[in-house]
Formats: sequence, structure tokens, C-alpha cells
Amino acid sequence: MLPEVLSDHPAAAAVEQQFPSAILEAKSALGEVTLVIDPAVIADVCSFLKIHLGFDRLSSVTCVDWWPQVPRFEVVYHLQSIKSNTLLRLKVRVGEGVEVDSVTGVWRGANWYEREVFDLYGITFRNHPNLERILMPADWEGHPMRKDFPIHGYRYSYRDE
Amino acid sequence: MKTENITHFEELDAEHELQMPAVLGHEHAPAPASTRRMTLNMGPQHPSTHGVLRIMLELEGETIISARPDIGFLHTGIEKECEGKHYHQVTPLTDRVDYLANLSNNLCYALAVEKLLQIEIPPLAQWMRVMLVELTRLNSHLVWLGTHALDLGGMSAYFYCFREREEILKIFEMFSGQRMMTSYIRIGGLALEPPRGWDKAVSKFIGTFDSKIDEYETLLTANPIWMQRTKGVGVVPLDELIAVGVTGPMLRAAGLTIDARKDTPYSSYDKFNFEVPTYTTGDVFARFKVRVDEMRQSTSIVRQAVAGMPEGDWKADAPHVVLPDREKMKTQMESLIYHFKIVTEGFRVPPGEVYQVVESPRGELAYYVVSDGTAKPHRVFMRTPSFGNLQSLSVMLEGRLIADSIASLGSMDFVLGDVDR
Repeated sequence: MLPEVLSDHPAAAAVEQQFPSAILEAKSALGEVTLVIDPAVIADVCSFLKIHLGFDRLSSVTCVDWWPQVPRFEVVYHLQSIKSNTLLRLKVRVGEGVEVDSVTGVWRGANWYEREVFDLYGITFRNHPNLERILMPADWEGHPMRKDFPIHGYRYSYRDE
Repeated sequence: MKTENITHFEELDAEHELQMPAVLGHEHAPAPASTRRMTLNMGPQHPSTHGVLRIMLELEGETIISARPDIGFLHTGIEKECEGKHYHQVTPLTDRVDYLANLSNNLCYALAVEKLLQIEIPPLAQWMRVMLVELTRLNSHLVWLGTHALDLGGMSAYFYCFREREEILKIFEMFSGQRMMTSYIRIGGLALEPPRGWDKAVSKFIGTFDSKIDEYETLLTANPIWMQRTKGVGVVPLDELIAVGVTGPMLRAAGLTIDARKDTPYSSYDKFNFEVPTYTTGDVFARFKVRVDEMRQSTSIVRQAVAGMPEGDWKADAPHVVLPDREKMKTQMESLIYHFKIVTEGFRVPPGEVYQVVESPRGELAYYVVSDGTAKPHRVFMRTPSFGNLQSLSVMLEGRLIADSIASLGSMDFVLGDVDR
């Protein structure tokens, strides 16, 4: 259900109408609109927003780890409509080991951002054309941006010297 | 045994034949039918990549069939490091993200945290920020222009550009004591009071800078070699650029007027008079023209800032966030307490999230700061322009000549620290 403030927000209202149960939570804070979307329909919602509401640009995809909360991950999408000059934030909440649908089919630019989320958080994206590590070395173990990954890593310790 | 071996070889050969490409009828360089594909490893230390970028090129004669960038050599885990530091301690890290546009990064981070804290920045600090960020833009574009021209064989432009860049770095040193990693824009205002005589130094530089831009243009714009190397090179259709996530001067060179300073004005940019230069051809030459015109616009913004600099304080009235004056600490107990608390335990930021977009010299720079109510950010994500722009590398290089790849790479103006973070 949409809160009162967002009932005339064009994008939020249209998504609510098209996908009645897709919006799990919605809020408007500090002038920014956030919609929490059901992970099962994220790719459909994105393509609907792109085609019918003019969100032709994907600014970024990233992730926030809320460990030890369950579900721990929030995948965050920032969309921009060039024509109406608006920014929209979508979120998907997933637990560990859950796959998320890739949005590379909607915006090709999501490719590297999803690879980065995979690399640093270990979230796998379904239907991604090339899901490999991007920033860390290919043989790296673990996902360094997770909150339970120590800041100095596992491998190196000063005691070994 | 023997026959097995022979069949084995035949199979290998057959596989090999399959892998051999059908010769593409490319208009620039039709490769002879006998040419085999060659894999060329460009980088990570190739001088024209301006950092450590590795590109795996597959060539057929002189034509690039596929270009796969390999990034991450400069990944330093800045975002991870931010999560373990107090809000003020993150500012010096933001300098190191894009080392040619450090003040833009400072500004973006400061604006994001100020939005979470809901504190008001005095006009003097806002205008001073605009002036410094525009000088940063000049600095970044000068380094780009010098090295880009050097890559394409025009050595003199390099010396001209770095001559002026030196003056900008001297101005930064005058303000902050540092030439590159200034950390001058802090949460709640500026790091130090603007130095005495700053307006004279800036006016002196900016007074002659327009004629300096004319000098660069005399060297390059109508130079036949420069035009041959850049016109019609590296063209990618506008919708494709938008689809792969390109921002900034590359989009403006392809005909889209998009600029965060105009679209979502921050730090009182709406009080300045400037234009967003746009070209339509979308080639390397158009990107060069866009950036040169941007330098002229930035010069005008700096001039307006110096002329109309408001009076007032240079930091916000928020004692729990902004470090107190040194003099007050010697006489006032409260200032000493605040200073101690800010330095030892930082300040708490109300829970929430902000996606702050600014226009860096390279394009859309955004900081996504998530606060959980403690004194350390829960997450700082940097949407850096170079990362988005570099995704267009494959579409820009594939099917083109290898000699043009240097021009195309240079025109993207990426900073590898900005890509890898």
C-alpha cells in the first residue's frame, strides 16, 4: 500500500496500479522517493518504469548489508528520467544465497554495477550475461564489502611476520 | 594409436577453423583473407590508458574485433574503509577517489551528509565551494587536454596546459596548504578561513585565462592533423551512450543537454549565469570542443564568484558538527568540550539515506550515504562517472581501427582511481 504522500507520485502510483502487490513499502524522505519492490517482479517493474514512465537511465546499482538483520541485503537501484528530471530509488530485500533477477535486459549499463555487487557482496544475478568478479582478483575468496568481512581481510595478519 | 592421434589433430584443426572469423567487410580496413586473429594485451601499463587499465583487444589486421576492459588494479577498498571511520574522517578518503577532481568529491560527500544532518550552509561558504569546484574543473580539463593532445602527437599543448595547471595548484595550496589532496570542503563549510588576498590571486589567474584558452585553440582546433585524428572518430549513437550509462561531456558532445548544475542545482549554482555547451556530432572532436567550451564557462563562473562573493561566515552554525575556532577553544569551555567530542567520538547523524548528485568534470558523480544513527556511516557508495563512462569502451572501440583507439580512450577522460575506488 502506498502512503498518503506518495499517492499522487506518478511513478509510484503507476507501479501500484500495474503490479498491485509489488510495492512492499514506500516512503518519501529528504525529498527522495524509495519503493521497496518484491524481488520476484523487480525486472518487470524496471522494464515497466523504463517503457511507460520514461526512466531511461540507470544511474547505479549497489547494495547495503544490514547483517545481522534478516534478510540481510538490500539491493538498491537509482533510476533517472532525463525528460522529467526525476530520480527514483528502488530496493529489493534479499537474504543470503537468494538470486535476484538481473536488469541488464532493461538497461545494458547495469552490467558492471551488478558485477560489482556480485563481487563485493556475493549476490548472484539471474540472466546476467557475464557475472564475474570485476574489482577483486578472480581467485579472491569471500566478498569484502560484507559487514562480517574484517577490514584487514582474512589472509594477511601481522602475526605471520 | 596413430590413427587416433591423427583424428585428434584433425578435430583440433576443425575446431580451429571454426574459431577463425569470417572476414568482416569493414569499410576502414578490409583484412586480407589470410589474416588470423591476434590477441593484443594493451596495458595495464600502457601510457595512453593514463593509469592501470588493461584492455584485451582482439585484432584482425588493423581492425579491433573485440575489446574487453579489465579493471580493478587500483581498487583500494575506499568504500569499505569509509564504514569504519567517523563522518569527518571520511573526507580525506574522498579526495583519493578521483585525484584530479578531489574538491568535487569533497563537495558531493559534504552535501550528502549535510542533507542528512539538515544543516544550513552560509552563502559565503557555498559560493567559495562553487568557485573552488570550478577551478577543479579547469584543473581536470587542463590535465585531460594536455595528455590527450600528447597521446595524439601534439606535444606543445601539454606544456601550455600544465603551465596554467600549476597556477591553479598554487591557488589550492594557498587555500588549504595542499596542492592536490586538499580536503578543503568539509561537512558544515570549509576547512579553514579563506586566506588573505585570495581574491587577488584568483582574479590574477582568471583575468588572463581566457587568452590562454585561445592559445590552446590556436594550437589544436583548426590544426589539420588534429582534425584528421579526431573528426568522425569514436562516434557512438546517443541512445546507446545513455543505455550503457555514460554521463557528462560525452553525452553533451552527442547532443543531449544534461548537467546536474542546471538540472538539480546545488550549492547555489542557480545564482550563477552559465551555459551548458552541447554539440551534436558525438565524435572525439566534439568532446574536445565541449570540454574547451566548458573551460570558458567555468572561467566565467569563477569570475562571477569573485565579483559577487557574499559576506559572512565560512562555516555553519552547528557546534556539534563543525570544529570550533582555535582561538575560542582557548577562552571558552564549551568550544573545548565540543572540539574534544567531535575529535574523539564524532557526531551522530540521524538515520536515513541520501543520494547526492553533482556534476564532476567527468560527469555525474553521486554519493549514496546511508546512516544508521551512529557516528560512522553505515554505507558510502560512490557512483563515479569514470566507472559508468568506461562501460562504453567496447562499443566505442569494436569494429574501428586500432590507431583510433588511442583517440577514443583519451576522449573518454577517465581516471582509474575513480573507476576502481
